Amino acid sequence: MNLSLALWLTQDAVVNGAVYALLALALIVVYTVTRVIFVPQGEFISFAALSLATLQNGKVPGTVHLLIATGLVVAVLDGWRMAKTRDFSRLPRLVLFNIALPLAVAALAWWSASRPTDVWLQVLVTLGIVIPFGSMIYRLAYQPLASASILVLLIVSVAVHYMMVGLGLVFFGGEGLRASIFPGFNFDVGILTISLQSIGIVLSSVVLMVVLWLYFGYTVYGKALRATAMNRIGSRLVGISTEFSGKLSFTLAALIGAISGILIAPITTVYYDTGFLIALKGFVGAIIGGMGSYPIAAVGSLLVGFLESYSSFWASSFKESIIFTLIIPVLLWRSLGKHRIEEEEEE
Amino acid sequence: MNKLLPLTLGLAVSFASAAVAQEVTIGVTLGATGPGASLGIHYKNAFQLMPKTAGGLPVKFIILEDNTDPTAAAKNARKLITEDKVDAIMGSVSVPSTTQVAMIANETKTPMIALSPVALPPDKREWIFTVPQPVPLMMSAVVEHMKAHGVKTVGYIGFSDSWGDLVLSSLKQFAEPAGIKIVTDERYARADTSVTGQVIKILGANPDAVVVGGSGTGGALPQIGLVERGYKKQIYHNHGTANREFIKVGGKSVEGAIAPTGALLVPEELPADNPLKPVATDFINSYEKAFGAGTRNGFAGYSYDGFKLLDAAVADAAKKAKPGTPEFRQALRDSLENVKNVVGTHGVYNMTPTDHTGLDNRARVLVRVDNGAWRLLK
Repeated sequence: MNLSLALWLTQDAVVNGAVYALLALALIVVYTVTRVIFVPQGEFISFAALSLATLQNGKVPGTVHLLIATGLVVAVLDGWRMAKTRDFSRLPRLVLFNIALPLAVAALAWWSASRPTDVWLQVLVTLGIVIPFGSMIYRLAYQPLASASILVLLIVSVAVHYMMVGLGLVFFGGEGLRASIFPGFNFDVGILTISLQSIGIVLSSVVLMVVLWLYFGYTVYGKALRATAMNRIGSRLVGISTEFSGKLSFTLAALIGAISGILIAPITTVYYDTGFLIALKGFVGAIIGGMGSYPIAAVGSLLVGFLESYSSFWASSFKESIIFTLIIPVLLWRSLGKHRIEEEEEE
Repeated sequence: MNKLLPLTLGLAVSFASAAVAQEVTIGVTLGATGPGASLGIHYKNAFQLMPKTAGGLPVKFIILEDNTDPTAAAKNARKLITEDKVDAIMGSVSVPSTTQVAMIANETKTPMIALSPVALPPDKREWIFTVPQPVPLMMSAVVEHMKAHGVKTVGYIGFSDSWGDLVLSSLKQFAEPAGIKIVTDERYARADTSVTGQVIKILGANPDAVVVGGSGTGGALPQIGLVERGYKKQIYHNHGTANREFIKVGGKSVEGAIAPTGALLVPEELPADNPLKPVATDFINSYEKAFGAGTRNGFAGYSYDGFKLLDAAVADAAKKAKPGTPEFRQALRDSLENVKNVVGTHGVYNMTPTDHTGLDNRARVLVRVDNGAWRLLK
């Protein structure tokens, strides 16, 4: 192992670790606010990356149809609830977010598919497709069960995961796809060749983390999310809607998933089921952070990145085993400490 | 919707022909979802193009889905054999699934057409007939090409699963006698986001050539990594990789990649006297007519060749016993063991009691990526 090798591997580790860190953050946001261990987080990655690649191939991705259908189901369910309570004050909002928005995205996707070179438009459309799924999934799968036990919510997560993977196979087929965002632009720094893609990934991760930090620290909505995370009943007493917090946290998760998907689409081949494994590595990072601490989770994800990169050099056949075995000592150490969020959360 | 069609067709056929006594029933278990989906979809598509008769008798297909899950494949096999009393069974998409089905076929004495390689010792293959080219047959073509081009050392990078092992062991089998040294054994998974570590290790060893043991688009990642980091020597793949999507994903980076494959991929470029040419051309034409231009692939051909074998064996077996009886299954097995010169899309099959694959060198060609398409390497 000489210096140039170590630098190469470190670069790789930082790029992957940055993606895992983003996913770890998303998992923690969702878990602390809603107690849901969000297994389908990875599907946002696959959906985003594959939608982007499909748009670049000049086709409208099937996720657009799913978005319209899901929006309709949400609109019907919430509309029915409104009809029962005869409170139609939120009807315009409902229609706007669940019917008008998906249709607008569909129109944009259709337009974008005819312009295969307009990368930024494709990225925009991809974000428009994936992000609304966050709150829709929360509304359909988790909101009716919001007060169920962590285990029930986990089982629901697994079901949602399988559904989304299956739909991904229907929409995108079994073979992988690759997208390109920036043209293959590399520059040399000493002995390293750094691609624009990898800088984009690290920069976007850092920017997104800073934005999230500002959001949680300095905005009313961010503070509301933190309040819900700390004490659900207490926050409800001071007028924070649990429903709203749930939707917001899932939207954040979808946003992070979509961005991660767009970021990794150019550096690897993405399959309909790739996202799961990537999110699972983010999950290892989140576990290191005790499913509660953002900075520790970010550092943990970076550690996962390093472990992956170096083990792929030294013992590539045992790479996954090494990464996932990391959970065991971490859990041991965690269970010896006094931070046990699960127990605090039981009401 | 395409995926449902064979099922509905199968059902319709089964109702329509319930009254026909002399009917051959073929049970099929395939994984068009799950990890093998990218191959399974093609395997399954081919059943939409199957003839309505086998060996002169009407034929009924019962196609079940196993999600590329060995347990589900085994369950499907039991159901097909005990409940539907199939005369022969075909499947599945992955080596573990097919092996499960094969064990049940042996145990219940049901002739089986294995659509992917089987991990069973030769003495456990009495009822099993394998359609795809054995991996060693394919890798021997790769090694011959290496030898002819003066390759002395080769780096290996493959999937961290049984496919990666199989390709490596076949490569070893021929490379070592040819005096070619395998200098790296690197592994990666299809869902990996990067293979930087493995690629750097291979570059460090600086072999004369690299063999990639991936399949489908999964084979592209190491090649892109190697080319990006400035590796300029020959990169070889295996027959699991030779499809259109591989080139679509790999783009310019996979130009010049060489892979062994069946003649099916390039029938137009075969010499006119090649016996496979008409069969492969016909099949490719009807497949691309049904599923779109450029959708050609080897996997659909395996399904078709498997049927061809049954087609050749049924007529003989029907003389000895009635379909649906254990005697017929025994007769079908014996007859399958002796089929001669069955021309499929991949090769010419000549079964013997000791060789239940029956393929020879005609079943392999080398292809190279040339201007964004696979071309026959002459």
